[in-house]
Amino acid sequence: MYVYDEIDRTLVAERVAEFRDQVQRRLSGELTEEEFKPLRLMNGVYLQLHAYMFRVAIPYGTLSAPQLRKLAEVAQRYDRGYGHFTTRQNIQFNWIKLADLPDALAELAEVGLHAMQTSGNCTRNVTADQWGGVAPGEVEDPRLWAEILRQHTTLHPEFSFLPRKFKIAITASEHDRAAIKIHDIGLRLRRNEQGETGFEVLVGGGLGRSPFIAKTIKPFVAGRDLLSYVEAILRVYNQYGRRDNIYKARIKILVHELGIDKFAAEVENEWRQLAGGPLTLDDETIADIRSRFIYPDYPPLPDAKELLAQASASEPAFATWLANSVAPHKQPGYAIVTLSLKPVGAPPGDATAEQMAAIADLAERYSFSEIRVAHEQNLVLPHVAQRDLPELWHALEAIGVATPNVNLITDIIACPGLDYCSLANARSIPIAQQLTRRFSSAAAQALGQLHLNISGCINACGHHHVGHIGILGVEKNGEEYYQITIGGRADQKAQLGELLGPAVPFDQVADVIEDLVEAYRELRAGPQELFVDTVSRLGVEPFKERVYATRQ
Amino acid sequence: MTSPLQQKIKITGPSVVTANRTIDGVVVYRSADQRWATDLAEAAIVRDAPTARALLAEAAADDVGAVGAYIAPVLIAADGTVLPGNLREQIRRDGVSITLPSVR
Ligand code: HEM
Ligand code: SF4
Repeated sequence: MYVYDEIDRTLVAERVAEFRDQVQRRLSGELTEEEFKPLRLMNGVYLQLHAYMFRVAIPYGTLSAPQLRKLAEVAQRYDRGYGHFTTRQNIQFNWIKLADLPDALAELAEVGLHAMQTSGNCTRNVTADQWGGVAPGEVEDPRLWAEILRQHTTLHPEFSFLPRKFKIAITASEHDRAAIKIHDIGLRLRRNEQGETGFEVLVGGGLGRSPFIAKTIKPFVAGRDLLSYVEAILRVYNQYGRRDNIYKARIKILVHELGIDKFAAEVENEWRQLAGGPLTLDDETIADIRSRFIYPDYPPLPDAKELLAQASASEPAFATWLANSVAPHKQPGYAIVTLSLKPVGAPPGDATAEQMAAIADLAERYSFSEIRVAHEQNLVLPHVAQRDLPELWHALEAIGVATPNVNLITDIIACPGLDYCSLANARSIPIAQQLTRRFSSAAAQALGQLHLNISGCINACGHHHVGHIGILGVEKNGEEYYQITIGGRADQKAQLGELLGPAVPFDQVADVIEDLVEAYRELRAGPQELFVDTVSRLGVEPFKERVYATRQ
Repeated sequence: MTSPLQQKIKITGPSVVTANRTIDGVVVYRSADQRWATDLAEAAIVRDAPTARALLAEAAADDVGAVGAYIAPVLIAADGTVLPGNLREQIRRDGVSITLPSVR
């Protein structure tokens, strides 16, 4: 956990007081909606179809047990008893009343939570690998650098009125769990030949109406130069990014229009002015921030192979969960546990207040009081002793967060869609519900890793372009239709999916997905070949034939 | 922000003016007696562009009461019941089409 200092606490408290005043002036009519909207957006407050939506920042997806408990309380007291964890490691409440917001913010501030950097045309909450600090083989905890960026960019006057929102993600492992290639800036921690820590810097990724995969503009930027280099990128963007057309305002369009080489040259030019200047991070500053990350003092434990084998033998359901949801930890004797927020028939990423409170308790008991939020809309207990796994599993089962479907076809990423969102064309959640009912646990296991992502409109909040299977809601003559893409991926080999064919109506989506999956089973080179690899080997055609042969 | 009043108004059938209540975001409809009502049945029905524009202007002037006023289509059933004119408006009137996680 990162421990806030006095500056952070004062800032958060001042922010609450300021917003309380703004809300009061809005409710009294002193502020019009036009005047108030940018102010509420700076505090994570959107207006959706039926209510205000309130987005709370969870910097790099790390939560303490008291923070999660507080989120549960806010869900209970001010909302309808649940929250939605998002693809940017934040949480959203869907039913909050404007009049209650200042109180909710004040309660959150008690545990250091706030809504800064969750909306508006600023640098948004920096996201990082949810396994940061515990993944075996990572270069270094990426959250250290995410925190440095957070401190530098929060309320930064030059970066609070960018042409458009700006999202940064960091990974420190070979396997990219932070989807850095679909972010405005993607940072991959690495070491150079001299053993120095630094970053490969990618820019221009993003989804939405014009999706792009980020490209590398510099293979190595030393850690001490991170801020000056990011600032150089932001300055080039701030200067040339388009403000005349909201659809062309993201940095991806600028990178695309200038070309990656020209863009890189512009950044390099700008950086020459900044490099070595006051933004250079000295070792002391880095060490100070590092020292504020408190790591558990892991009591040494042996690996618990035998105990786990015994538990698996006597309880097949435990064995399935262990194989699916538990991953190796840096530390011998410990494990990383993913809590699936994708139970059969439920909205992906939602957790009830009771579940959040119970998970906070379990984190205290089994995970050194720490929880992580994964961009796949799941939660993680990052420091679990292997010998506690059987006990923990029972507890997780009891609260419905041990569905063994992590990374499987039913581990669906879905945006709120037309059930909540005022921009939606079609519903996302009911499609996800149908699919989790369609594919039984055994069927999903048999398919292996398969990412299915759903968005309710082209804004692509559900990352449909990079799902192995992507589903996009469109509207045709007032009816909900869905376009299906296949072959996308969000990891280190990120690429955009290809359109399968004409959109299909709501009622046919689950059948089409089943056909796709059947086609995969017939076409794959063997059970080891993942769906996405079969698509990349054979292309879209054979899948298309299969799906549309019987439909037109 | 383009004011709703500057937008072109085209209506193809019976319509209402709807918005979200400022204090809590609840879906509301403008009534003939210049109130915001939560029940669609109380909405003023307009059938041509000039009347729609006038209702919208009157409603949008109450910025403290509700935000984001716009014209939405409705259907009038044989018995006179007013129904939402599309899926979006149906979901706005009825609430989410799913069971909330907290009431499972
Ligand atoms: C009321 C309006 C909106 C709501 C409620 C909303 C909601 C969300 C949510 C919930 C996510 C995370 C997905 C999840 O975990 O469920 C998200 C991400 C995202 N939103 Fe929205 N969104 C809104 C408007 C927009 C708009 C206007 C755009 C673009 C013009 C947009 C573009 C995106 C993109 C591209 C992401 C995801 C990916 C990323 O860059 O990390 N959203 N949004
Ligand atoms: S993808 Fe579209 S429908 Fe889904 S949350 Fe984003 S804006 Fe709304």
